[in-house]
Parts: sequence; structure tokens; C-alpha cells
Amino acid sequence: MLAYHFTEMPYPYFPLEAEQEYGTPRVLLPNSYYDPKIGADLYNRYLDDYVYADEIGLEIMLNEHHQTATCTDAAISVSAAALARQTKRAKLCILGTPLPHRDNPVRVAEEIAMLDCISRGRVISGFVRGVGTEVHPANTNPALTRERFEESHDLIVKAWTTREPFNWEGKHWHYRYVNVWPQTYQKPHPPIWITGTSPDNVPWIADHQYVFAAFLMAYDDATRLFDIYRRRTAELGFPEPTNDRFAYLALCHTAETDEKALEQGRELMWYLGRKRHAALTNPPGFNSVRTNMMMMSGVDKPRSDSFESLMAKGIVICGSPTTVAKQAKEWHNRGVGHLLMMNQAGTLSPEITRRSMDLFAKEVYPELKELDSHSSGVSEPFAREPAATVQQRVMNAEG
Amino acid sequence: MESTAEHVETQSVAGGDLEVFRGGSGPNLLLLHGSYGWWGWEPIHERLAEHFTVLAPTHPGFGGSSRLQGVDTVDDLAFYYLDLLAAWHMLPARVVGFGLGGWLAAEIAVRDPGAVERLVLVDSVGIKISDRETRDIGDPFILVGDEQQPMFWHDPSSNRVPIPMPGMPEPLLERMLRNAEGAMYYGWKPYMHNPKLRQRLHRVAAPTLVVWGADDKIVSTTYGRAFAESIPGAKFVSIPGAGHYPHREQLDAFVAPVVEFLS
Repeated sequence: MLAYHFTEMPYPYFPLEAEQEYGTPRVLLPNSYYDPKIGADLYNRYLDDYVYADEIGLEIMLNEHHQTATCTDAAISVSAAALARQTKRAKLCILGTPLPHRDNPVRVAEEIAMLDCISRGRVISGFVRGVGTEVHPANTNPALTRERFEESHDLIVKAWTTREPFNWEGKHWHYRYVNVWPQTYQKPHPPIWITGTSPDNVPWIADHQYVFAAFLMAYDDATRLFDIYRRRTAELGFPEPTNDRFAYLALCHTAETDEKALEQGRELMWYLGRKRHAALTNPPGFNSVRTNMMMMSGVDKPRSDSFESLMAKGIVICGSPTTVAKQAKEWHNRGVGHLLMMNQAGTLSPEITRRSMDLFAKEVYPELKELDSHSSGVSEPFAREPAATVQQRVMNAEG
Repeated sequence: MESTAEHVETQSVAGGDLEVFRGGSGPNLLLLHGSYGWWGWEPIHERLAEHFTVLAPTHPGFGGSSRLQGVDTVDDLAFYYLDLLAAWHMLPARVVGFGLGGWLAAEIAVRDPGAVERLVLVDSVGIKISDRETRDIGDPFILVGDEQQPMFWHDPSSNRVPIPMPGMPEPLLERMLRNAEGAMYYGWKPYMHNPKLRQRLHRVAAPTLVVWGADDKIVSTTYGRAFAESIPGAKFVSIPGAGHYPHREQLDAFVAPVVEFLS
């Protein structure tokens, strides 16, 4: 099992009365509440935490949201670019680029290929449809997000794998000469991961045999989706998925004792405690009519849960190293090979965040890493060549 | 709202199901609904059916009508209805359009001016009148559930749009969810208008009546008058005590001038 450090890069220093007044910290909360001097400190602190993750042996995951105080990583290629240079070994899991909202997929192909080359093949390219609140910042038609996602994906993969200019006249995008320089460093292209929250898109992920990432879902809900992936894989006649096919994101905190962890880890609840604006979260057409009818009839709402209940469901992993290892293994037993750890959410200080990362890296991670040592993929280091000089490479290439 | 069973039928059109609310006798009258669709065979249908054969289809992708491959813009809908009117032998047609349906009626009339005999636009969206930083058309979709109600009515205390919410009867819930999804397909961007429509409205050849709720909070009377002024010879009628739905909120005051104009 691999473990990834993650923070949404929140900006928690807005007045809670403002969140009440606007009904949300997303999209509608005026940016007058943002102080760029505080923001500068925060960006540098969060990036430093990522560099620290690289130093202590953890992998790295980034994400992107727009017009929100909960996540100020508004351009995932920018944060990934900073880290591609500043880190030495960690995988850079970009999870992900919100494809329906990027108006130029060829530019996305270029950005990811650049990052892959700069990092010498450490990029994992996640693609997401984006949550409902993302349709307003990009003003993307919510009813068209699925088809835009799929067309953009098809175009990007073709751009990465085609060695000459090609034509593209689709529904949403038109190009006469697609010919991306640079090529991706990894071949045929960086690993692709896709997020899913409902049965709507999981079969598509399995069709492509991409890594399926589930976020903040209860054990049984996530397992149900993993099973849909497994069934679809079997139907297609592919080998049974190993743990490297499944990723899970949890709120995570490790401390010396369970008691201390529970006390400190509660601060992660800042993220789940933010006000949700029903019209922004679920714009018409974003979810299928069927899914909306299911939602209206009432489903599990993790956000109204207590901390303890969230721990029981696996959404929060929190405790002493022994407890955290046990909880992580429970996810591993359900098929997860990539643990995405939201180690910082809201106000948790750099000192406590790093202490938690440290304890995890030293006292939990070694035994988790062992878990997949015989299955394919996970424990294999990415194909990495020694860093030869440019001249050597040119000479080799010219024979 | 009356029972729909006796006035609703389903036709097979262009490879999909088309739901049509139909009733009355006399000359044919096509009614085109707005973003929130028909809520059944409504009192407005009943009243107009005293004078006309009312044909009130549900646009593809809304309510009980199938979504059709390739039909996802108002431009597509305009051609869909031109084909449908020809198939129903209704050309030239009397057309009444409400809200998004008014936008659609105007698009039909500029594409084929001879296809429309009489045109009534009711609190219609579809054109751009102000500068780029002024949103001409209100956005109820940013409001949650019943918070939307005041946008639609002069008197929200005695009128309600059936906004999807838990506990609603399932058939109505599904209908309203499909209506909301359909509205997004056709009206998300540019928001509920076609930037080119206003410059084309001079092509409308049919006598036109523009009817407006005096207290419309989605599209103002100023917007309605600008719409009327863009159509050669169009008359403008304001309905006091009505918001975005004068045909629901002031039925008598609405029906009288419309029937007179269409007869």
C-alpha cells in the first residue's frame, strides 16, 4: 500500500459570519475576504509540507478547486510544477485536472507532459469531472460535463500517444493539427486515475482499466463501487484487479496516543463542517434524474456525522500508529492499494501536521508498504533511467 | 391543477416519445412551455381550449418527452418544431410561447417567417438588452428549493412552483427534475438567450402580441418592452398583479387579450 500526503490548501481565515451570510465558502463568498499576504504564507507552508512529505518517503497528491476558501489550489499544474522541481522522489498524483472545465484539452496534454518530463516520470495524471460547485467558476453546462469529460479524455490520450499531427473534429473540440511537444516521459503515458462517487461512471473507469479513486465514502459505499469495477473487469475478461487499481481518500491524523490523536484530529472536521449550498453543490442536470431521485429519498450524509461515526465508517483514520495501521489495513482488505491522506484540512498547524506525517512515515508506513510487495505494480518503482547528460542522449539517439 | 390522464398523449416523433397535452376544439393553437415545463393539464390549457384546439407539447428532454440525440440547443428545438408543425399540417401556426418557450417561438419565427400566423410572447427570455456586466435574466437556479418562489410570483404567498424536493409524489418529482435538466441543456450558456436573436427579430412577419407580468422578477417590464420594440408592429400588454407567470397568477386578465388577439 502506498500513502500520499494531501491538503486542499484551505484558506480558513475568513469570518464565519460571512460564510453564514452567503450560505457557503464557495463560489459566492467575496474574495475581499482573501488577504494575499496570508495567502502567500499559506501557499509556501503547504508547498513546504509537500516537500517534507517527499523527504520522509511519502507520495504526494494534489487537487484543484475554484473560487473557494476551502481549496486555494486553483491551478493544479502550477502547484505540481513547483513540486516537480522541489521534490526528488515522490510520485506527483495530480487528482485531478477537471476536464469538462478546461477549454483547451491540448493545453492540458502539454502541461501534464511537461510535468512528466520535468519530474522524470513521477506524474500520475488524474482526470475528474469536477464537483457540482465547479460548473459556475468555468460556467460549464452541468448537463454536458460527462460528455465533455469523455471527449477531452479521448483527445488528450490520443495527443499523448500519437507521433504525428492529427485532426480532431468532435462535438466540443476542433483542431486541425494536434502535435504535442513534449512527449510524456512515461510510456505509453502517465498512469491515469479517475474519481467516482456513484455507479454512473465506475464501469467506464473499469473499461479503461484506470485506477479508480473513491473519496470520503463509508466502507460499504466504497466497497459497492469497487465491486462494480471488479464485476465490469470480469465481464471484459481482464485479470482480476489487484490493489493497485483502487485508491481511497480519508481524513488522516496520527499522534503518539489514541487520546491525543482524537483531540488533535478533530480539527480536520473544519473541512466537513463547511456550509453546503444545495443549489451550487447539485446544479440541475449535473446528476442524473435517477441519482437525484435517490438523493431526494435520503442517502448517507457524512457531513452531518460525528467524528466517531466517521471513524467507524473509515472516512476518518485517526489514532496512535497502531490504530492508524489497523484502520488503513481495513481499507487494504477491501482492495485499496493507494491511501490518499488528507493530513491537513483547515486550521491544523504546520507543527502538528508534520508530527502526524512523521509518526505515520516512521511507525505505520513500513508495514503498509509490505502489504502489496507481491502484487503487481504498487511496490514497483516507476521506470526510472539514470540521469544521463543531454549530449549522451543525443548521441545515443543518433546512434 | 387538473388530472392529466384525459388530456395527455404520447406520440412517436423523430425516434423518441413526445408528450403532448391536448384538448378543446376549433383552430389549432401551439403552446410552448418555459424552463419549468408544464405541470399537467393546467387551467390555462383548459381556458384556451374553450376557443382553440390546444396542443401543448413537452420539449424533448423535459417532463415525459425523450431526450433526442443531437437536440440540445434552442436552435435544434426550433427546427424540431418547424418539422413537427409541418407534420401536423399546422403551417402557418398560431404560437404562444412562455419564458424559454417564447424564446423558442421567436427563433422559429425568424428562421421561417411564413411558418407563424400569429405570435404571442409571454414573459419571454432569449434576447440581450443591457451591457455585458448586467444580467438581464434572473437566475433562480442559484437559489435552493422554495427560496426560488418569490422570483416567480407577484404574490408568492398564494402561488407555488413545484420545485423538486423530498416528499414530492414521485411522478411529479421526476417530471420537475427532467424539466430542470432540460432547461440546462437549452439555456445554460449563453444564459437563457441567443446573442444574435435581437438583430434577427426584424424578420418576424406575424402580427405579434407581447404579454408581460407587471411584476416579473425574472425578466423585467423594461426587457419586455425592448423585446416588443425589436419586433415590427408588436403590441405590448402589461398584466398587473402578476409575476413571471401571468397565465397562472392572473388567468382572467391574461386570457382576455390573448384570445382576442388570436381570434
